[in-house]
Amino acid sequence: MSAFVELDKVSLAYRGASGEVLALRDTSLKVAKGEFAAVVGPSGCGKSTLMKLVTGLVAPTAGTVGVAGARVTGPVKLAGMAFQNPSLLPWRSVIDNVLLPLEIVEPHRGRFRAERKRYAAAAGALLGTVGLDGFGHRFPWELSGGMQQRVSLCRALIHEPALLMLDEPFAALDAFTREELWCVLRDLWQKIGFTVILVTHDLREAAFLADTIHVMSARPGRIVATRRVDLARPRDLSVCFEPAFVDIVHDLRGRIAEVRQG
Amino acid sequence: MTSTLERLSPWLFTIGLFVAWELVCRLAKVDPFIMPAPSQVFLAVGQYWRPLLRHSGVTLWTTMAGFALAVAFGVALGLVVGWSRAIYRGIYPVMIGFNSIPKVAVVPILVVWFGIGEIPAILTAFLISFFPIVVNVATGLATMEPELEDVLRALGARKMDIMLKVGIPRAQPYLFGSLKVAITLAFVGAVVSETIAANAGLGFLMVQAGSNFQMPLVFAGLLGLAVEGIAMYAVFAAIERRMTRWAFRSSMSAGT
Ligand SMILES: Nc1ncnc2c1ncn2[C@@H]1O[C@H](COP(=O)(O)OP(=O)(O)OP(=O)(O)O)[C@@H](O)[C@H]1O
Ligand SMILES: [Mg+2]
Repeated sequence: MSAFVELDKVSLAYRGASGEVLALRDTSLKVAKGEFAAVVGPSGCGKSTLMKLVTGLVAPTAGTVGVAGARVTGPVKLAGMAFQNPSLLPWRSVIDNVLLPLEIVEPHRGRFRAERKRYAAAAGALLGTVGLDGFGHRFPWELSGGMQQRVSLCRALIHEPALLMLDEPFAALDAFTREELWCVLRDLWQKIGFTVILVTHDLREAAFLADTIHVMSARPGRIVATRRVDLARPRDLSVCFEPAFVDIVHDLRGRIAEVRQG
Repeated sequence: MTSTLERLSPWLFTIGLFVAWELVCRLAKVDPFIMPAPSQVFLAVGQYWRPLLRHSGVTLWTTMAGFALAVAFGVALGLVVGWSRAIYRGIYPVMIGFNSIPKVAVVPILVVWFGIGEIPAILTAFLISFFPIVVNVATGLATMEPELEDVLRALGARKMDIMLKVGIPRAQPYLFGSLKVAITLAFVGAVVSETIAANAGLGFLMVQAGSNFQMPLVFAGLLGLAVEGIAMYAVFAAIERRMTRWAFRSSMSAGT
């Protein structure tokens, strides 16, 4: 099985004002096509850096990054991204926010003006699948945090990217909303089948959503453990109370505690 | 009830100020040559309304012309400065240095170059008012959320795309916020230049009236300046509210 995303002994040093900061050292990671991968690790270990490397926003100091069989040398152009902060554009309506990637990515960019109606319909349908039917013409500030995060997910997915990069997208939400959005993401992933890399601090989130969970060490980060989650799909929220699930979470918690000890 | 009071309070306050001024002048028997009472000032307005109107028109025109130049130049320079950190760093000290020169000091140079008249007034208005526009536009561009930039760059967006889709709309509340400051500055610049080197305009009128010892007319000119200044500020504050309604509603606010 050839990997869709592959990091091979990647190191990355940031040049800061007070000398170099080694964020990642000899990190290797493989994610198969269509796989849902989660990355967990202590704060500041380089998880966000890992996301930037995979999307080509920063170049590795050493090692190679490959996506879809090609070596990454610049921004990959096929990734959708969402962050903890929904970062919607307040002057655009919800639907125009969702449409933003289509105004940039080829081949949509060239047809955008001509086929705006069709694209808007697609965006409306996507908003429907995340439970935002009829909110297209509202503005971001009229939405709750959870709803904004749903819009942000739609924006990340509207151009049907092969790769979805999520950096703690649900971290700022309350527990109920967060679990609701787990299900939204699960359903989208099951329906569309993109590859996901999800960075999270929430071990239950990782265990509930992912096929594989990668544990990173403290800075300089590298992957110290990889654990498969073999819970049956489709998973229901009630899976969180099954012994197998609880075992996984405990196991992960132990490993994180270990790497934090150093 | 409170809202009516709130709406009326600027008027009440202004009228109160004039009444107090009138009372002080009458009770203390202030020499009208030192400080005319409002009643005398309004009398002068009635008497000289033609020249007042004509000179106000000149000041309005020089202010607006200088301001228009400042907007065109300020927006362009702001976009360039906000575009790249290197340009920002290079140009910033020069701009700070330039901005800290009192513009009155430049008027004599302008007079040597262009002679006495409207052009020094227009240029002084321009020079004094472009700075806040540049700084605000550049700030709007430079404070873009890095995550948003990441989202767009990961889609293959070029710098130009990011500017057009995010930077420029985002800079708009900063721009419109700066316009109401810039217009008042342009007004100050125009009047300063008129008092030194002009043959028309409210500043010129006041200097003339002063040298003829027509103090009520000097104060009438002052009143004209205040009315014109408030009117221009109000117009641009209203434009700001209209153009950037989203910024007032969402948490992001201009100038912070
Ligand atoms: N632009 C930068 N310049 C210099 N150092 C940086 C830069 N970005 C990140 N770092 C450093 O690299 C390390 C890893 O940062 P990163 O943001 O990847 O951590 P993280 O795992 O995402 O943390 P968190 O869980 O808190 O989000 C940190 O120690 C940070 O100080
Ligand atoms: Mg992070």
